Amino acid sequence: MSNILDFTLVDLVEKIKKKDLSSKEITKAYVERSEKSKKLNTYITDDFKNALKKADNFDSKPDFNKKLPGIPIAVKDLFCTKNLRTTAGSKILENFIPTYESTVTNNIWNEGGILLGKLNCDEFAMGSSNETSFFGNVQSPVGEKLVPGGSSGGSASALRAKLTPATIGTDTGGSIRQPASFTGIVGLKPTYGSCSRYGIVAFASSLDQAGPMTQDVKDCSLLLSVISSYDNNDSTSINFKRGDYLKKLSKSIKGKKIGIPKEYRVEGMPKEIEDLWQKGITIAKEAGAEILDISLPNTNYALPAYYIVAPAEASSNLARYDGVKYGFRSKGKNLIDMYEKTRSEGFGNEVKRRIMIGTYVLSSGYYDAYYLKAQKVRRLIKNDFDEVYKKVDAILTPSTPSSAFKIGEKTNDPVSMYLNDIFTVPINLAGLPAISIPAGHDEKGYPLGLQIIGKAFDEQNILNIAYSLEEEINFKNKIDDWWM
Amino acid sequence: MDVMSQKISDYIIKRNENNYEVIIGLEVHAQVLSDSKLFSTSSTKFGAEPNTQVSLVDAAFPGMLPVINEFCIKQAVKTGVGLKAKINKRSIFDRKNYFYADLPQGYQISQYKNPIVGEGSVILDLPLGEKTIGIERLHLEQDAGKSIHDIDPQNTLVDLNRSGVALMEIVSKPDLRSPNEVNTYIKKLRSIMRYLGTCDGNMQEGSLRADVNVSVRKKGEKELGTRCEIKNVNSIKFMQMAIEYEANRQVDIIEEGGSIDQETRLFDTKKNETRSMRSKEDAHDYRYFPDPDLLPLEITDDFINNIKKSIPELPDEKKKRFIEKFNLSAYEANILVSDIETSKYFEEVIENSDVKISTNWITGELFALLNDKNLEISKSPISAKNLSKLINLIKDGTISGKIAKSVFEIMATEDKNPVDIVEEKGLKQQSDPKELEKLIDKVINENPDKVQEYKSGKKKLFVFFVGQAMKASGGKANPQLINDILKKKLR
Repeated sequence: MSNILDFTLVDLVEKIKKKDLSSKEITKAYVERSEKSKKLNTYITDDFKNALKKADNFDSKPDFNKKLPGIPIAVKDLFCTKNLRTTAGSKILENFIPTYESTVTNNIWNEGGILLGKLNCDEFAMGSSNETSFFGNVQSPVGEKLVPGGSSGGSASALRAKLTPATIGTDTGGSIRQPASFTGIVGLKPTYGSCSRYGIVAFASSLDQAGPMTQDVKDCSLLLSVISSYDNNDSTSINFKRGDYLKKLSKSIKGKKIGIPKEYRVEGMPKEIEDLWQKGITIAKEAGAEILDISLPNTNYALPAYYIVAPAEASSNLARYDGVKYGFRSKGKNLIDMYEKTRSEGFGNEVKRRIMIGTYVLSSGYYDAYYLKAQKVRRLIKNDFDEVYKKVDAILTPSTPSSAFKIGEKTNDPVSMYLNDIFTVPINLAGLPAISIPAGHDEKGYPLGLQIIGKAFDEQNILNIAYSLEEEINFKNKIDDWWM
Repeated sequence: MDVMSQKISDYIIKRNENNYEVIIGLEVHAQVLSDSKLFSTSSTKFGAEPNTQVSLVDAAFPGMLPVINEFCIKQAVKTGVGLKAKINKRSIFDRKNYFYADLPQGYQISQYKNPIVGEGSVILDLPLGEKTIGIERLHLEQDAGKSIHDIDPQNTLVDLNRSGVALMEIVSKPDLRSPNEVNTYIKKLRSIMRYLGTCDGNMQEGSLRADVNVSVRKKGEKELGTRCEIKNVNSIKFMQMAIEYEANRQVDIIEEGGSIDQETRLFDTKKNETRSMRSKEDAHDYRYFPDPDLLPLEITDDFINNIKKSIPELPDEKKKRFIEKFNLSAYEANILVSDIETSKYFEEVIENSDVKISTNWITGELFALLNDKNLEISKSPISAKNLSKLINLIKDGTISGKIAKSVFEIMATEDKNPVDIVEEKGLKQQSDPKELEKLIDKVINENPDKVQEYKSGKKKLFVFFVGQAMKASGGKANPQLINDILKKKLR
C-alpha cells in the first residue's frame, strides 16, 4: 500500500492506464494518510467521502483518454468549488459555499481529476508563512513548528507530506514558489494570462496566477497542460497556443543562454544559498548551457512597488466582503455600523493591514506619489526583463533569500516577512513565468530552491531547463513523518 | 453663435439693482439600450420581479470577473457620433470605490480620466434662434442596484436587477442659461438618442436622469460662480423647478453678502426645494484606479467607421431636408423631426399625399388626438397609410375639410380606410352643379323674405344662404360650388 504514495503523478496516471492500480486504491491511500495527518492542519475542508465515491464511479466506467484519469487532487482553498465550502482562509467566508466552479479546477475535473478537499492558505493569500489563516497555521512536514511558507502553505505541506499526489496554488508575489522552495517541491507560476482567474478568490488581480505544485518537473508539465487554458470569462486571459508541456519536455539545454542577475546577490544572503546558486550554474554549464552575467537594475524597487500595487488592488477587491450578500455578517445598529463590525471581526490583522495600505496609496493626494509611481516602477522592471531577454533565454536565481523559519518567528515583523518575496515578486510584476525546483538543503536540513525565470509564454523552455537541472541535482526528500 | 446666445439668454434673476445670470451644466445618465448588462449577460428588461435578473458577476460573488459587452461599446460610440464628438480609440475602465448596500462590488466600474467619447456638441432650437451647447465627454459606467426602504420597517431591502446595467454619462459644458434651455437640451439629447436607438429616453423608468450643476453670477461678469450639484433629478419638470429654486437661493445668499459653498444637494420634490446632502469637505474620496480585471479598451478605425455608416439621418439634417425639400417652415420642421417616430409617420403620409395639407393635419388634428388620448405617435389609432388616404380625399375634393373631420373622428375609434367610411356613410361631397342648383333653388324659394332683404342691400345674409344650402346637403355640398352658384342666383 505504502508504495502508492511514493509514485509521482505521471507514474500514477501510467499505473491507472495499465490497470495496475484503480482510482479507488489510490484515492483510499491518500484519504487514509490525510486522515492520519490532521496535525499538519493542511485541510480546511475535506471531501473524502465524495472523493471515494467518485473514484468508484471512475473505476466502474473508466476513461483512460483523460490526462488525469481518476487521480485524486486536493486544491488550495482559494479556488471556488461548486457545492463545497470555499473560505480563502478567512472568517468572512467561513461558511461560503459557491454555486460555481473555477475554470482552473474545472479543467482538472474535466481531465478526470477527483477533488480530495480544500487546502489551507494565508487569509486571502496574504502571507508568506501560512500563519494568517483564520483556520490556524499549517506545519511543515519538513520539521515540527516549521512554517511551510505561504500563501499556498497548505498545498505545499500536503504535497510534501504525501496527502495529495499533486496540487495547485496561486502566486501573486511568490505564493507558489516560496512554499515550494521551503518544502522541497516543484512549483510553477505561469505567464500572466495563461491560467484563467475566473472563480479564484481575488487578491491582486493584475498579479494573481494559478499554477501547479508537484513532486517533480514531469508532474509539473502534465498539470500545467491541464490547467492552462484560454477563457472568455476572464478578460485578462490570453489566447496563445498552449503546447503539451509533458510531451515536449526535453533535458537537452545545449546552447541555451542563461542569465545570472547580479542584483539578486543581496546583502546578508546566507552562504549556503550562494553555494546553491553556484551549484545550479555549474550544473547548467555542464549540461551545455551558456552562462551570462546580466543586470536587472530596478530589482531593488520591486518589493516596495509590489507592496503598493498589491494592497491597492486588494483594498478594492475585498470591498465586496461587506456582510450584505453572502458570508459572515455581524449585527449593527445601521448599515455603516454593520460594515464596520463585519469587516473588523471578519478579517484578520494582515488583511486589515493591507486594506489600510491599499486605501492609503489610492487616496486623493497620495495616488500620484504611491500608486502611479509604483506602476511606473513596474514598467521599468518589465523593461529590465525585456532588455535582458534580447540576450538570454532564461534567468537563474535562488527562489528565496533564506530557508524556512519557525512558526511565530516573523509574525511581529511584517517587513522581514515581506522580504521573503524579494526574488519572486519582480516576476509577478513583469507577468513572466518562473519555476522553483528543490536544489539542496541548508545546514539544518531544510530545503532550498532555485528559480528559473522565462520569457512570456515560454513555459516549455523553463520546464526543460528545470528538468535538466533536476536530474543532476538529484534532490533527496528527507521527510520522517514526525507528525504521525 | 456667441452673440446669438447672448440675445437668447433672457433668463435673468433681478434682486435690488442687480441682474443675475444662471449658469447650468448637466451630467445626464442615459441607460444604454441593450438586452444585456455592461459586464454580464443578465437581462436588462424593466419591471421584472426583484433580483431575478442578477448574475454572479452582478452580485459580485468571489472570483467573478467582468467581461465587456461589445454591443454597449457600439452604442456609446454611436451616441458619440450623434453628438458630433471625438471618439477615443483608447479608453480605460476605472473603479470608483465606495461602500453602499446596493453596490455589490464595493466599487462602480466607470471611466474616469480616459472616457470613450470626448468633446462634442448639441444644437438647440430656441424661440429666437439656434444655440450650440458643448459636450465635455461621454463615458460608460455601471448602474447600481436599488435600495428599498419602505417595505420592511426594520430592514432595507436591495434589488440588484439594475446592478451592472450600462449607463452613458453625458457631461455638458456649463453652456445652459435657463430652465427652458435645459428643457430643450434634454429633449434634443433624447431625440438624438432615440433616432440612434441607443437610449429609449424613458424618464418614468429611470432610463434618463441628470445631476444638475447650478451657479449664478452678476450679468457681465466673466468668472463662473461657485456651483452646487443637485443629484439625480429624474424629470425635466423637477430639473426646472430645482434650478429655479437653487438659483434664487444662491442669489439670496450673495445679496445678503454671503458666499456659496460648493456642495452636493438633493431636490425635495414634495417641498419644492433643494437641501444640502454633503459639503465639499465631506465629499467621498473615490480612490479611482484602472480596473485590473479589464484591459484598456482599444477600438479600431474600422470599428468606428462601420458605426458611422450605420448612423441614420439625425434631427438636424432631417430638419434641413424638410425645409429645403418640402418647403416647411423652421417651426413646422422642428415639430416634425423632434421625435423620430413623428418624422417617420410624416414621411409615410407625404409619400402619396400633399405636403401642406399633411403637415397641417398631423400637427393639428392628429397631435390633438394623441394628446387627448395620451398616446405616443407609434401607438396612433390612425395609421399613416389611412391618414394619407384621408388627405387625398380632401385634396381631390371628394370630401370637404369639415366632413374630413368627422371621418377623422370615426377613424380614431377604428382604423378604417377613409374611402370605405365615406362610401358607407354616403359622405361624398356633392359637386354636381345641377344637383346643387336644385338644392339652392329650394332654399331661395323657401326664403323669399330673406332674398328680398339681401337684394335690398343686407349682403351679410349671404352666409345664411350658404349655411342653409350646406344644411340641406347634409354638409356634403362642395362649399366652393355653393358659393359660386348662390352668387349667380342672387344677383
